[in-house]
Amino acid sequence: MCLGVPMKVLAIEGEWAVVEVGGVRKEANVQFIEDLRVGEYVIVHAGFAIQKVDPAQAEETIGLYGAYGLPTED
Amino acid sequence: MGLPLQIRAFREGRIVTWNLERLHRESEGLHATFMEVCGTHTMAIFRHGLRRVMPENLRLVSGPGCPVCVTPNGTIDRAIALCRIPGVVIATFGDMVRVPGSSSSLELEQTRGARVRVVYSPLDAVKMAEAQPGAQVVFLGVGFETTAPTVAAAILEARKRGLRNFSVLVAHKTMPQAMRALVASGDVALDGFLCPGHVSTIIGSEPYRFLAEEFGKACVIAGFEPLDIVEAIWMLVKQVKQGRPRVEIQYRRAVRPEGNPKALETLHRVFEPCDAEWRGLGWIPGSGLRLREEFREFDAEHRFPLEVEPPRQQAGCRCGDVLKGTVEPEACPLFAKVCTPETPVGPCMVSSEGTCAAVFRYGRSE
Ligand code: SF4
Repeated sequence: MCLGVPMKVLAIEGEWAVVEVGGVRKEANVQFIEDLRVGEYVIVHAGFAIQKVDPAQAEETIGLYGAYGLPTED
Repeated sequence: MGLPLQIRAFREGRIVTWNLERLHRESEGLHATFMEVCGTHTMAIFRHGLRRVMPENLRLVSGPGCPVCVTPNGTIDRAIALCRIPGVVIATFGDMVRVPGSSSSLELEQTRGARVRVVYSPLDAVKMAEAQPGAQVVFLGVGFETTAPTVAAAILEARKRGLRNFSVLVAHKTMPQAMRALVASGDVALDGFLCPGHVSTIIGSEPYRFLAEEFGKACVIAGFEPLDIVEAIWMLVKQVKQGRPRVEIQYRRAVRPEGNPKALETLHRVFEPCDAEWRGLGWIPGSGLRLREEFREFDAEHRFPLEVEPPRQQAGCRCGDVLKGTVEPEACPLFAKVCTPETPVGPCMVSSEGTCAAVFRYGRSE
């Protein structure tokens, strides 16, 4: 039920947004998300965006490993 | 893969390996048991074979985190009784359709002519009700704090559209109270919890605090990629070694300490806490949600008062113990013999988040 993959926001109109992951586009209700912008990532559950994904936090986690000389991208 | 770069990196083999090595070093000499209480974590752990690469002295057990699985037979029987009423259309998430109740399933009823429709979102059920004014659409409200706000929003939408043919069979449950019941029962000795990632996007980190402070359990809210899970277990190990149990967030890119206030506000506007029955765990005080008085008209139990058959458990099924983490699926005499994803006997084999299904699909639990 809970797909964890973040989806990219392509367009927003009122309570609704077009979101995309891996070439698949869907509509998501975004009434629970404050200050959403096109280009940001959200986690979608049961047709609703339930939280914004903070890219800075994701990069921080990955960045820690960069410090050990480990590759952080393919 | 079409995934954002940051997420791809969370699956990057060398980073995961480096993390695993760090976990092995950190946990040397420590014997500990951790439970994941989220069906999506269970699935991720098995899919990536993480139990097999854990240090020997660390044990991972699966808990009551699959919403379909913890829904007791009484609720499923009521849904089945509802679908037999002429004019009723049941709208539900896919997994519920195949779950066996005491003597039938929604799938079986469908072959006998009942109208059962799988929806992706509760809002689809609202649209369905609007499009079919002659039908009574009943949505099965199953799920934890991640799902409850979406159902609350659907109910508000139905009210806004003035729909009189939309209702919800409310069976939502809340996680922290179940975790309290688990540790208080002492049935399974745990050192800590891998706290659910997406439930926590809504409720934040505060509701788990009593687990650390009252019960001394380590708590880490984890994401769903292999790296997230391995790192979270490493954080749990560190808490146990330091003797300083607390609630930490590993899944920082999606979980804020305060959760999602807007979603919580919607949830609390429509629902209030109540006692609830969980498969395996029994009745747990304050662990469920019911509609507030002013939304009673959307309550399917209220709209369709029904006699429901007394619930019976599937003979031999050990789902209840699997959900408590006291037995592994292989200990069930029916596992993989009578009970398979094709012919499921219990919900833990039906649901895509059930532990029996995970073990069946991806191999042994130890
Ligand atoms: S294997 Fe099937 S019958 Fe046994 S506990 Fe799991 S779901 Fe129940």
